[in-house]
Amino acid sequence: MSNLTVKNVSKIYPGHSANDEPVLALDRVSFHVEDHEFCSVLGHSGCGKTTLLMMMAGFEDASEGQIMVDGKPIGKPTWQRSIVFQDYALFPWMTVQENISFGLEMKKIPLADRKEVIQKNIQLVGLSGFENRYPHQLSGGMKQRVSIARALAVDPKVLLMDEPFAALDAQNRALMQEEMGRILASSDITQRKTMIMVTHSIDEAVILSDRIVVLTRRPGRVKANVIVNLPRPRVEESPEFIALKRQIRDLIHDEFEIEA
Amino acid sequence: MIKGATSSKRPPGLLAILGSKIKNLTLIAVLLCLWQYVSVAVLDSTSRVLLPPPTAIFSAAWELLSSGELLRHTRDSLKREVVAFLWATISIPIGIAMGWWRTVDQQLDPLMEMLRPIPPLAWIPLSILWFGIGDAQNQFIIFLGIFFPILLNTINGVKGIELNLIRAARCLGASEGNILWRIVVKAAMPQIVTGIRVGLGVGWMALVAAELVGANSGLGFLINDARTVLRTDYIIVGMATIGMVGLLIDQAIRELGRRLLPWSRVMGR
Repeated sequence: MSNLTVKNVSKIYPGHSANDEPVLALDRVSFHVEDHEFCSVLGHSGCGKTTLLMMMAGFEDASEGQIMVDGKPIGKPTWQRSIVFQDYALFPWMTVQENISFGLEMKKIPLADRKEVIQKNIQLVGLSGFENRYPHQLSGGMKQRVSIARALAVDPKVLLMDEPFAALDAQNRALMQEEMGRILASSDITQRKTMIMVTHSIDEAVILSDRIVVLTRRPGRVKANVIVNLPRPRVEESPEFIALKRQIRDLIHDEFEIEA
Repeated sequence: MIKGATSSKRPPGLLAILGSKIKNLTLIAVLLCLWQYVSVAVLDSTSRVLLPPPTAIFSAAWELLSSGELLRHTRDSLKREVVAFLWATISIPIGIAMGWWRTVDQQLDPLMEMLRPIPPLAWIPLSILWFGIGDAQNQFIIFLGIFFPILLNTINGVKGIELNLIRAARCLGASEGNILWRIVVKAAMPQIVTGIRVGLGVGWMALVAAELVGANSGLGFLINDARTVLRTDYIIVGMATIGMVGLLIDQAIRELGRRLLPWSRVMGR
């Protein structure tokens, strides 16, 4: 139940040596994500979208501008903005259960409540029966489920996802997108987290998002801010879906031609 | 033929496993026979003193075992190795601190880099003057052998930790202390255990060398003492024991690592 505002955010990397020109990675990016909204930040690789996500998490500072949650500037990284990483970043020495429990322990949630939250989230991502497995015993798709459950368990205000399905094979990716869509469709809108996902996949963005922010190539600027009003769960064959996909593909394609 | 075909489908029985193990020992058996032949039939009785046949060595081993002498020396050597190892575990917190805090690394690294290239054995003369002949001197040499492998592996383990693991912990609300104890130390554990394995191996080598010159007991002392009275058979028994105990230590640490770190691929399975 939180909104997030990105206001005139720029990121400038100083050159590697004194003679190097500083590199502008993001150029005055602004957009607003409403409560309960699922927002995708869509762009080519190298457009600074992951940098933007890391700034939202608090791992990097904006060179200019501000990022706010519920109108207040964000500070250091906190469980209020938890992350799902592309490479899962599961703790390999912890079982599925322990991975999910970690954030709850850090929040000093009593054991009894912890168990309940763990169970709820394991069920949500469909990992019942795998509680005591170690990450190396799981497939990529299952690892990402654990990662999502772990990030959701701490009850963040905003869930940040960095290309969450990019490391999966095509089949698993489609499956996970479908599952994510199912979770989004089945949950009561007022219960849903505000989520921000960085991706380069148009399909993924259209299947899941309420809002798609399209970034230009480096330096990343906001090219378009598209509201997606299609009913959930989304039917990929529907004319509206295809039309929207084409619209966004054209936006991205333009971008490509400008560069070329 | 038929028997072979059916057994290949079933999991191999105890007999089959034993059979293949024995097959792998063929070369060793042939070499032992050759050794026996050369020693008994080719060498004259004076040179045979320098290369006694395997049978003589087995009986020497039995002699040393039944008198309890071999066990006593092994125990003394092991005790030195263990005491030195316990001292050397100080390298684990030092390594963690050097891997995690830049300033600690900057201060300690030049010192460590100055000391590290000096082989432990080069410390023997100085250590004899400092500690005299005996346990303290021996343990000091072994300590040097164990310390640096553990230290370097710990530093590498800590520095090599994936950034995203730390980021994940941080965005799950972990404090700096929790990140160090629950993430960094745990993530570095497989490499620390590797360091311990390497270190105990180097320490064991250093131990034998230290005992050759600066001890009144231990396996190194045993073989050097046997040399002065020309008991070649005792020397070879001592050498074989040193090798076997070294191997056992390595296997034990490996097994321990596997048990304690079931999640780690580094430990192998």
